[in-house]
Amino acid sequence: MISAVYNRQVRAVVAQAAYLLFWAGLVLVCVLEARANLNAQHLTTGFDFLWKSTGWDVTFSLIEYKPSDPYWKVLLIGVMNTLFLGAIGLVLATVVGVVVGMARTSQNDIARLLGTIYVEIFRNIPLIVQVFFWYAVATRFPAPRQALSVEGLVYLTSRGLYVPGLNITGLSAFLGILALLAALGLIVFIAAAPRFRRYEPREKGRLQLAVLAVGLAVMAVIFVAGRLPELPFVGVPELKGLAFKGGIRITPELAALAFAIAIYGGAYIGEIVRGGFKAVGHGQVEAAEALGLTPLQVFTKVRFPLALRAMLPILTNQYVWLIKATTMGIAIGFTDFFMVVSISINQSGQTLELIGILMAGFLIINFGLAAILNTINRAIALKGDQLRT
Amino acid sequence: MSDVAAPPAPSILEVVRRRYFSSVGNTLLTVVSLALLGTILWKVLDWAVFTAVFSTSGGPEACRGADGACWSVIGARWRLIFFGLYPYEEHWRSGLACLVVVVMTVLSCMPRFWSMKAISVIWIGGFAVFYVLMKGGVLGLVRVDEQNWGGLALTVFIFVTTVIIGMPLSLAWALLRRSELKVVSRVTAVIIDSVRSLPLVSILFTFAIVLPFVLPDWLTGDKLYRAIIGSALFFSAYQAEIIRGGFQGVPKGQEEAAKALGLGYWLRIGKILLPQAFKNALPATINQFVITFKETSLFIIIGFFEVLASGNAAYGTGDWTFAYVEVYVFIAAIYFAFVFSLSRYGAFLERRMDAGDRR
Repeated sequence: MISAVYNRQVRAVVAQAAYLLFWAGLVLVCVLEARANLNAQHLTTGFDFLWKSTGWDVTFSLIEYKPSDPYWKVLLIGVMNTLFLGAIGLVLATVVGVVVGMARTSQNDIARLLGTIYVEIFRNIPLIVQVFFWYAVATRFPAPRQALSVEGLVYLTSRGLYVPGLNITGLSAFLGILALLAALGLIVFIAAAPRFRRYEPREKGRLQLAVLAVGLAVMAVIFVAGRLPELPFVGVPELKGLAFKGGIRITPELAALAFAIAIYGGAYIGEIVRGGFKAVGHGQVEAAEALGLTPLQVFTKVRFPLALRAMLPILTNQYVWLIKATTMGIAIGFTDFFMVVSISINQSGQTLELIGILMAGFLIINFGLAAILNTINRAIALKGDQLRT
Repeated sequence: MSDVAAPPAPSILEVVRRRYFSSVGNTLLTVVSLALLGTILWKVLDWAVFTAVFSTSGGPEACRGADGACWSVIGARWRLIFFGLYPYEEHWRSGLACLVVVVMTVLSCMPRFWSMKAISVIWIGGFAVFYVLMKGGVLGLVRVDEQNWGGLALTVFIFVTTVIIGMPLSLAWALLRRSELKVVSRVTAVIIDSVRSLPLVSILFTFAIVLPFVLPDWLTGDKLYRAIIGSALFFSAYQAEIIRGGFQGVPKGQEEAAKALGLGYWLRIGKILLPQAFKNALPATINQFVITFKETSLFIIIGFFEVLASGNAAYGTGDWTFAYVEVYVFIAAIYFAFVFSLSRYGAFLERRMDAGDRR
């Protein structure tokens, strides 16, 4: 018996079992304690509450919502708002990042200096400080009657930004944009995936155009189907009495968050873009120049494709991080997924279930995004040893 | 040496032309960048210096009619931003405590103190001094409880405590993660990945607000410390992966040689692998410190009065509501000073280590 303690296999089994038991025990203690607390408060466990009506309103939603609606709907709104803000933030941050990254890698010292100043300032200030700052700015615009206007189309007021837009339901806007994004993803896939290698470039181009046309058509159909019957299709904001009518109102919360994420994320993405271009070997560029390609061709056919492949894995992490950063919305009162969950916890007391939903939601969002980007990454990865620098 | 004469050095004008005006596109870029840079610099300087009000005695009235920044707000409210609601007579303790942390950080940046023992002594000793200064109750210092801590001092406290708890924790995660026992490393990997895929805000929220609900009473503790343990857990999940990367950078032969010499597991880890792993992981670790310092600002969401919250209070009360830009610029500058210098130092170390590898 004594010798069994020194037997390595026995020890390994015991150690692993103990480790598992430790975590299982911790979870069990938490669940039992939560149960006891719930019973003390006469609350039920389980997910039945999802079909109870909430009794409270949200400040921002893409779909119709009334306080009599059930909890599952408000949670869905939260997820949609997080994705909506995330999508806007990611696109804007990428645009800013590409511009900054190009400035940081340019031959021109002055442009490089500008890019460096931008990155160092905005990367070293916490995102939430920037969110608060822009929110303070957004809520201090003049009242609607003295609004700052741009060309009579865009108005900046303390109640939000008014921009021209289509008079359609929020849901159809969401679905339409989703359709377009899917089409764009497919186009990238066609351009890079090995299974389309056999096609002639011209056939490929035609196929991509066809996909784009179908995507746009689907988007247009969804938009038209979702139009609000009593209003003109395109709305332009105009002052009616004390407020604006028509167009789209972007709330100060959404504007401040999207702006802050674009600027902060842009600084990080700028660095990633710079790193990607630095990873392209000199030999590749020199070889392209030796073949007599014009500078533009060297960029579009050699430097950019290679840099993109070096960037994508890091960019994936950055995108996942930015999606998680949307949870700062709660600080200024944007109803994102996290805020909806925390209000629900306050109102319903279903703490454990809602925390579970929160974690599951973020796991799904993050893994989904990572899976999509990793698929693209694998699809465009160069086979073999072509990335020699 | 060849006899070929070197080409004549190009004139200054020629260099400038080649660099900035080599083509139409480049010329355009130069002009636009210069215009942008000039405009921004001029506007910022004009606002912050030339037309700004620096009087500290005048109160909000001094800024009436001024076009530029109203720095009087900082003069009037700097104590609130730095120390929050800490008792007024005891502010020197808060300030001294922050200085202790700065000294700690500077000391740990000196290679002469890079040993497990020295770093532990500096950090744990420094933390003890910091805590005694802040909390008091001994050595004739008046006792000040955690709920009255605030401002920059609280931010610094959150940061230091997170790191001190998080570092040993991350080491434990990393060792469990690379354990040869399949179940142990698998379970650890799942835990680390789950923590990493959640937003920090939700982890802080869970620890600060939900935990008392699911833990027996004797385990709950103070809200601030619960939140800090949450943030330390988050820190350690990321730091564990960094340390693991450091382990992977150690040549396989090192561990095999140590095994051949008959060293036991702890000796192998402590004397052979860890020093090398830490050295490999140093730049990424400093980067993680920078991120952690910035993330202390998220404590505002779960209701702590750290530097950002005290900044909001600084302009949100009294007659200073117009001076919000100045306060945010000041807070941004505080963060910038710490974060920028630390990340520069990290970049310098990385370069130095690269040079060492090439020798």
